[in-house]
Amino acid sequence: MNVLKIATAGSVDDGKSTLIGRILYDTKSLTEDKLQAIREKSKQRGFDYLDFSLATDGLVAEREQGITIDVAHIYFSTLNTSFIIADTPGHIEYTRNMVTGASNSQVSIVLVDARNGVVEQTYRHFFINNLLRVKDIIIAVNKMDLVEYSEEKFNQIKEEIKFIADKSGYQNQNIKFVPISALHGDNVVEKSTKISWYTGKSLLEYLEGLHLNDTQDYSQTRFPIQTVIRPKTENYHDFRGYAGKLYGGDLAVGDKVTVLPSGTNSTIKKIHFFDKEYQVGKKGSSVNITLKDDVNISRGDMLVKQGEEPKIVRELDATICWMDKTPLKLADKYYIKHGVNEAQVKITGLSSLIHTDFSGKQDQPEQLSLNEIGEISLKTSKSLFVDSFKENKANGTFILINTKTNNTAGVGFIK
Amino acid sequence: MWFTYLKDQVMNTNYIKVGALESESIYIFREVVAQFEKPVVLFSGGKDSITLVRLAQKAFYPAKIPFPLLHIDTGHNFPETIEFRDRLAEELGVELIVRNVQDTINSGKVKEESGKYASRNGLQTATLLDAIEEFGFDACIGGARRDEEKARAKERIFSVRDDFGQWDEKNQRPELFDMLNGRIALGQNVRVFPISNWTELDVWSYIQKEKIEIPSIYFAHKRETFIRDGLIWSANDDIVFREKDEEVKERIVRFRTVGDMSCTAAVLSKAENIETVVKEIRTSTISERGARIDDKRSEAAMEKRKQQGYF
Repeated sequence: MNVLKIATAGSVDDGKSTLIGRILYDTKSLTEDKLQAIREKSKQRGFDYLDFSLATDGLVAEREQGITIDVAHIYFSTLNTSFIIADTPGHIEYTRNMVTGASNSQVSIVLVDARNGVVEQTYRHFFINNLLRVKDIIIAVNKMDLVEYSEEKFNQIKEEIKFIADKSGYQNQNIKFVPISALHGDNVVEKSTKISWYTGKSLLEYLEGLHLNDTQDYSQTRFPIQTVIRPKTENYHDFRGYAGKLYGGDLAVGDKVTVLPSGTNSTIKKIHFFDKEYQVGKKGSSVNITLKDDVNISRGDMLVKQGEEPKIVRELDATICWMDKTPLKLADKYYIKHGVNEAQVKITGLSSLIHTDFSGKQDQPEQLSLNEIGEISLKTSKSLFVDSFKENKANGTFILINTKTNNTAGVGFIK
Repeated sequence: MWFTYLKDQVMNTNYIKVGALESESIYIFREVVAQFEKPVVLFSGGKDSITLVRLAQKAFYPAKIPFPLLHIDTGHNFPETIEFRDRLAEELGVELIVRNVQDTINSGKVKEESGKYASRNGLQTATLLDAIEEFGFDACIGGARRDEEKARAKERIFSVRDDFGQWDEKNQRPELFDMLNGRIALGQNVRVFPISNWTELDVWSYIQKEKIEIPSIYFAHKRETFIRDGLIWSANDDIVFREKDEEVKERIVRFRTVGDMSCTAAVLSKAENIETVVKEIRTSTISERGARIDDKRSEAAMEKRKQQGYF
């Protein structure tokens, strides 16, 4: 079964939760007891329709204020695909949640209110989707019922979005447009009969059609070591397995590899998964690898194919999205986590604050506050083995951790 | 086209592409042992924690699972679950720690509920927090899934708790890409949820695919039961409160979720094996927790319990 991870983003009243509720309802993923709870609650609140947002806004504060505060995860499936939606709040204060949602997604649904068209937040969604290089974007123009299902209105929004997309300069992005009414279910799961001028697919049909071809994202293989497995039992007395997840590409028995940071060369002896051995470990697989030579390897080290070494650096330039209440300033120190490797860092440069509406940058800002995005330089306490985010997503990002509170303070995208 | 197809078939015999969910869970387990000093699996004997144990086994094979299992025993468990728990721990050679809610009640720290809807479900929290302190566990691995309940849908994979076990739901750490931040201060601990992204059907399909053994109460069997509020309860007057006029009758039932006898209702079912159970789950119109009375106390029942340190 395929798993498709989707992020949804939209402004406060775009009806995002309603859309998700509608998808759950129309794919029959809402069970009778949950539906009954929604019926009763909607009636109690005096609505003459079913308020599907009640299915997703899980926290008391969210239901009180009628808004989504935190990322919620929603699950549904059709015959061939399991879908996981990260539902993120659209308000500017929650930029960090949008980034979080998008970081774990393969496709993004951006909601636009047909009455208002493109607003400030639409720009921000585009900006974030570009920063995170989310390739597939579906623009759902919602509340079409409130503009009398007007084709003219829809086309106008389409033009506005194309204008943003041109500005953003991300060449290979796939953008699709669907006119919908989440409240009435038009073009969400079923094609609408009220929007006869629209000949495209329904939202779900688009999602189902996204055949995620893994090979599209293939890059050089990176195998960061999470832990070393040494059973120390009689049967496996000398067993020394390197456990980790394969990123970027595959590894095969017999591949010549280099261990970083030591630079030692060796050859893949065996690839284990549980009690079986395989010739090839595919990208994305959590495997356990043994080498032909006795090499000293520990957590945080990395196996790569010979001749495909990443950059080994102690200084980095990156774009960063700030997620902490304590602002980022020049000369501050943080912990860095790059994959499973950890070090300390000092902020050596803060060159710009980037406006998320594509209006440009502010040079040399004093600081970066919560939910702001900027460009920084760092110096690390030990060598990291990195790629640029453009070349290798998994090996091109890091997080910074506040040394006092231990909170995740920001996420960086290596240039 | 047929050529590529053929090539894939041949290749299937010698390459491994671990499913996205399984790979993610194994990755999480490995992060736990690398980042924490004293992890423990919270083991209930239910299907989710059994699945967890299988994933832990895969993550560290051929080494043994490098942490103990902890069971908070309410004393209201189904005997089949307890028997299964002991056998599994022995087969895997894993240490099993059991702490009893009854002891916490005897010590006077918590008071037993009484009456029609009495349950020890909420009392488990005190016993759990005591056990965490007693052993100094810094990571408690649990089988909660985000699809179970709407407050759980907001839960992180690494969820930080303070000394009181409290969940601060409005101030959670963002989790980006695969990077899990397990840094904590003294006195804090982390709840870890490796199967966060699995659905109920995913778990059942995995149990079927992997041929994992589960307690017999998950399959159709004859049981003395009575009906209350449209739900089917086990007739066990020592544990489950029953009104005089609530009539006991033998029914063929199974359990879809297994918690305490006093808060888990059965469903009418003839599904006697894993194939028929999976089929039944696929077509069910009632959610898994629909049979859990502990969630029905109020709309925010789960969120409230989690804030106080419940799983």
